[in-house]
Amino acid sequence: MNDQANPDATASPEAQATAPGERLAGRGRPAASLVYSNARRAEAGEPESLIFDVQGLKAFYGSFQAVADTTMAIREHEITALIGPSGCGKTTVLRCFNRMNDLIEGARVEGTIRYHGIDIYGDKVDPVEVRRRIGMVFQKPNPFPKSVFDNIAFGPRIAGYKGNMNDLVQESLTRAALWDEVKDKLRESAYALSGGQQQRLCIARAIATSPDVLLMDEPCSSLDPIATLRIEELMIQLTRDYSIVIVTHNMQQAARVSDRTAFFTVDVKETGMRTGRLVEFDTTEVIFTNPRQKQTEDYITGRFG
Amino acid sequence: MVARTAPPSTTDLVRQAIQGRRFGWGDVAFPAALLLALLFALLFLATLLVDIFIKAWDALAGRGWSVVTNPLSLNADTAGLWQSIMGSLALAAVVAALAFPIGIGAAIYLEEYAPDNRFTRFINTNIRNLAGVPSIVYGILGFTIFVRFVRAVGAGGGVGGKNLLAGGLTLAALVLPIVIITTAEALRAVPVSIREAGFGVGATRWEVIRHHVVPYAAPGILTGTVLTLARAFGETAPLLLVGAATGFFSVGSAGLLGKATGPYTALPVTIFSWARQPGAEFRSLTAAAIVVLLAVLLTANAAAIILRNRFERKW
Repeated sequence: MNDQANPDATASPEAQATAPGERLAGRGRPAASLVYSNARRAEAGEPESLIFDVQGLKAFYGSFQAVADTTMAIREHEITALIGPSGCGKTTVLRCFNRMNDLIEGARVEGTIRYHGIDIYGDKVDPVEVRRRIGMVFQKPNPFPKSVFDNIAFGPRIAGYKGNMNDLVQESLTRAALWDEVKDKLRESAYALSGGQQQRLCIARAIATSPDVLLMDEPCSSLDPIATLRIEELMIQLTRDYSIVIVTHNMQQAARVSDRTAFFTVDVKETGMRTGRLVEFDTTEVIFTNPRQKQTEDYITGRFG
Repeated sequence: MVARTAPPSTTDLVRQAIQGRRFGWGDVAFPAALLLALLFALLFLATLLVDIFIKAWDALAGRGWSVVTNPLSLNADTAGLWQSIMGSLALAAVVAALAFPIGIGAAIYLEEYAPDNRFTRFINTNIRNLAGVPSIVYGILGFTIFVRFVRAVGAGGGVGGKNLLAGGLTLAALVLPIVIITTAEALRAVPVSIREAGFGVGATRWEVIRHHVVPYAAPGILTGTVLTLARAFGETAPLLLVGAATGFFSVGSAGLLGKATGPYTALPVTIFSWARQPGAEFRSLTAAAIVVLLAVLLTANAAAIILRNRFERKW
């Protein structure tokens, strides 16, 4: 069915190897991520590694179908962007990746999401353990109303972290490019920080538990351009250790930071039901310069949405 | 040919358009009527307070603190409120010990664990209904159930179960729905985004509730419980049915268990019984007792407001 949505059909290993050098944004992103993962794997003769293998995912809220049959693959050490108009189900798909939708009454999914080969919606899977490994950063910065230190330390603490908490907090904040700004405010309330700082604190909190995937739901939508720039630079640095899936309304952002882009749209049935659908999934370069689908091209060029 | 006058300038047109207000009676009469309604309500309250203080003046000025510290008596010259105040405090303690853990627990279950289905919606609606049930109905409940229960478990004392325990149980049942509602509101005020943040770093439901939701809702829960306690403190009708009307709280003469199972009274009940005594002295004493009760309730309400302002969280 979704042939164009299946990256394995379109992206050969050769195409991958050339992708990192030809990023759309000329902002000098270190082309480390793909080199580290897929090119290096290719040298070693290993197959590329998938973080998520999504097969026939459908998401429902009660009787309402939010997302239609979605098949896509998320690769290690890449940034995958989900773009599309409002109501197209991109956030729902993102929240399926760490079973965050379980918390919404009446939400359910069909199909499978394999995380390193294991279906996270399988019978024996503990969603708490899933979320521990697949961190999330939300649209609006949502620090706990506690000190900066406690915001970071909460996750590791409940996970039974035994090492030196001070070091872990410092390391997490440093990686989130926040340490220098807050090192003298660790005991102060996180609410005293600016919006951009709060969002980086949330990123630090998410990486403190050492997940291997970060899900980001429009992480810059409430931030000014300077804070947005810092978060984007941070994301690119983080791909060395993490794989990132980001939902964004900002197409320039998707073009600037992502390796692959999934374009969703919304289909309206006669009953008025609005169901999101994956239109096209490919490398960001292809999506933004040579999309295969007319709908994608219309959206990218601003003719629709 | 008509002489052409110069066209009006833009400034003149704008001046005509935005200057000069039309007078409308509605703009005056409506706020005036509203203000009148407010003044009317305040007038009643002020009349009540002034009247009470004037009547209480004889007793308060003449007797001083002995009105508070003397024991109950039929002699108007020496009668005081000591047992009543102690009885009310003891009742409040029983209410706090029973209604708060049960009410807060029920609210946490309803808000955090219970699925949102027809059954839980039915329960929620009925908790709201229960909060509106007249207090005398709770008195009858206490009379038919709690008095017998207290007697059945062997804590009836010399009064056949019509004691402080039965009174406390009755008041606890009376305020339980209010505790549940105020706690549920405080829990609901903790934004979903904070819960998601907790779940997002791999916390279990218990950890999110224990480390985040309940601590952040605590100021609201505390404010609600203080106000609830004030409500229990002022209740009279249900206590009349479960033995407080004629009893005397035996301060000092018995151990803790004896006090809990023996006869008792409470501040509002004393006001009720003093008001039926003949003589001007008792009239003044009744007013003095009302002043004491109002002082306790206003203190409780002030404490609730202070707590709320001190710990209130803006999300």
